[in-house]
Amino acid sequence: MKDFRYAAPASIAEAAKLLAGANGSARILAGGTDILVQLREGMKDADLVVDVKRIPELAELTYSPQKGLRLGASVPCYGIYEHPELAKAYGALVDAARIVGGWQIQSRASVGGNLCNSSPAADTIPPLIAHHAYADIVGPGGHRNVAIENFCTGPGKNVLQPGELVAAIVFPPVLPHSGSAYERFIPRNEMDIAVVGAASKVQLAKTLDKIEFARVSVGAVAPTPKFCQEASEWLAGKPLSEETYAQAGELAKKVASPITDMRGTIEYRVHLVGVLVKRTLTAAVARARQNA
Amino acid sequence: MPSKKNHVTATINGQSVEFLCEARQSLLEVLRDTLRLTGAKEGCNNGNCGACTVIMNGVPVLACLVLAVEAEGATLTTVEGIADQGHLHPLQECFLEGAALQCGVCTPGFLVTAKALLDKHPNPSEHEIRFNLANNLCRCTGYDKIVKSVQEAAKELAAK
Repeated sequence: MKDFRYAAPASIAEAAKLLAGANGSARILAGGTDILVQLREGMKDADLVVDVKRIPELAELTYSPQKGLRLGASVPCYGIYEHPELAKAYGALVDAARIVGGWQIQSRASVGGNLCNSSPAADTIPPLIAHHAYADIVGPGGHRNVAIENFCTGPGKNVLQPGELVAAIVFPPVLPHSGSAYERFIPRNEMDIAVVGAASKVQLAKTLDKIEFARVSVGAVAPTPKFCQEASEWLAGKPLSEETYAQAGELAKKVASPITDMRGTIEYRVHLVGVLVKRTLTAAVARARQNA
Repeated sequence: MPSKKNHVTATINGQSVEFLCEARQSLLEVLRDTLRLTGAKEGCNNGNCGACTVIMNGVPVLACLVLAVEAEGATLTTVEGIADQGHLHPLQECFLEGAALQCGVCTPGFLVTAKALLDKHPNPSEHEIRFNLANNLCRCTGYDKIVKSVQEAAKELAAK
């Protein structure tokens, strides 16, 4: 690996100053599971690596049922799935955190890093979209918030400007009778990149017999993870039935514009969108009933 | 841009250790080449194989995907720190007795991950063992003997 300078600032202000002074040749290090591979293999370059794990605000996870979740950008995946209360409120996020790489990757890799790496197949991004989360971005101009479905702009590309960093991902509180789930299809049992991933979140009516509100998102079928707006809006008011979930899966296919590669063909991926949206809606509804 | 060497203090296998490193050096490089702790192996050097697994602040990590400078203030356990004063850990005994290794390159990584697993879940199911060892690759054994040896070690530890 080419040599670089290393800094581990203790505050956001200090990090912002370092990034601003680096003229775009700085890279942010959280868990390092993507960036260190990219630097070693020459896919990316850095004169300065800024380790953000010693910034308290980025390392904190704060949750309350009333206020929701503020997930510091460097919190590793295991901090999410070992949290006693998150699985109930943010099931899709916890599902994804458990299957990003293997255990050793989850010990380091953060959801903030997964978001900023902006892979079309990132496991944690569809859950963030389904949970209606936004990125709290800090930069020379202060704070700005960007909804996760607008964060990625292409494979490996996103809205971050030089000098900016994601401080935290913020999730709205979860209302009663809600549930969510993430599933991905891979040909192995573990440790693989999604051929397709899907996340669904539902909020049921108090009567528990229909969907009041839903958000569906898919990954690995377009240059960026996608919010399935038409499917999500269509689901409002629909009865809890296999037909409902299957129809939402059909509507979700409309946002898919996948490529054919070694992991799957266009046709296969579009088919999987239908399968996984149906499955995650089924799981999300079951969890919502449990949570009610 | 060349950088000056960074001074790092960490606790490795119970001892306070100081070393100098370049920012670009991985923890694996420093463990093996500077500190001569050659138990952690370089398999793929890109986070896939798990042969370089060490325990850092209580969780298993891949030493090839950690910068040595990040270890400042950290507590580390490598495979060299698993035996207790010359007595092999039950995992090591069970790997030997169960023939859970052939070429041995993956073994230190498996032992360290399995140690982290048993520290956390003293009685894991077969599924839990396979799931948690998924980031460790073995091209010799076909995994069954490794999984059985971890199960045996869990039994021995429970009987102690």
